[in-house]
Amino acid sequence: MSASESIIVPSSIADAIAKQANAELPNEACGYLAGIDNRVELGIPMRNVDASPEHFSFDPAEQFAALKTAREAGLSLIGTYHSHPETPARMSEEDIRLAVDTSMYYAIYSVIEKKLKVFTVDAAKNVSESRVELLDAARNAR
Amino acid sequence: MNVTINGKNDTVDGAMTVLDLLKLKDVEAPDMVSVQINGEIVEKEKFGATQIAENDEIEFLYFMGGGSRSASRVSCAGKGK
Repeated sequence: MSASESIIVPSSIADAIAKQANAELPNEACGYLAGIDNRVELGIPMRNVDASPEHFSFDPAEQFAALKTAREAGLSLIGTYHSHPETPARMSEEDIRLAVDTSMYYAIYSVIEKKLKVFTVDAAKNVSESRVELLDAARNAR
Repeated sequence: MNVTINGKNDTVDGAMTVLDLLKLKDVEAPDMVSVQINGEIVEKEKFGATQIAENDEIEFLYFMGGGSRSASRVSCAGKGK
């Protein structure tokens, strides 16, 4: 599986990410995006074990639990998300350095911009911004 | 040897450690990977010493982390894969 130029995100999941980001201020919030190919079907909030306004890490045991949750729903882990409480929605040097899974989407929600952007990172650490197609609930239900 | 890797049936030849398996699966940064075998997380220091056994259920996931400091520019916007 490799990430593509666009990603489909239900508005409800984008809204939930924004809500989580605000709820976990001043710290960064984080989670997984589960779905099929480039379509997100499920957001899985994760605990930021760093509990920091400037950094986040997942707990490995929770990662495997999230993998199980996704798999049981017939989905794959296709991306992660985290918030930037006080900086724009773009990949920081640290985000790029730690983006080692080139098959994943990396979503960033900026609290100050109120904006969600999604990126991919290749093995040479080139960053590409993916077009986010927000899917409203009514269309999603069809 | 029959094993399950990330939920899919697979076979590996002969004796193999977790580290060997990660290399076989082209994992570029084994030190950035968490491995679980039969529901138990394998400590990174033991990747080279832990042998894969018949019917093992092996999962591996990349470390996920980042930070909002040092926001940098997108160098290759629009490049798809």
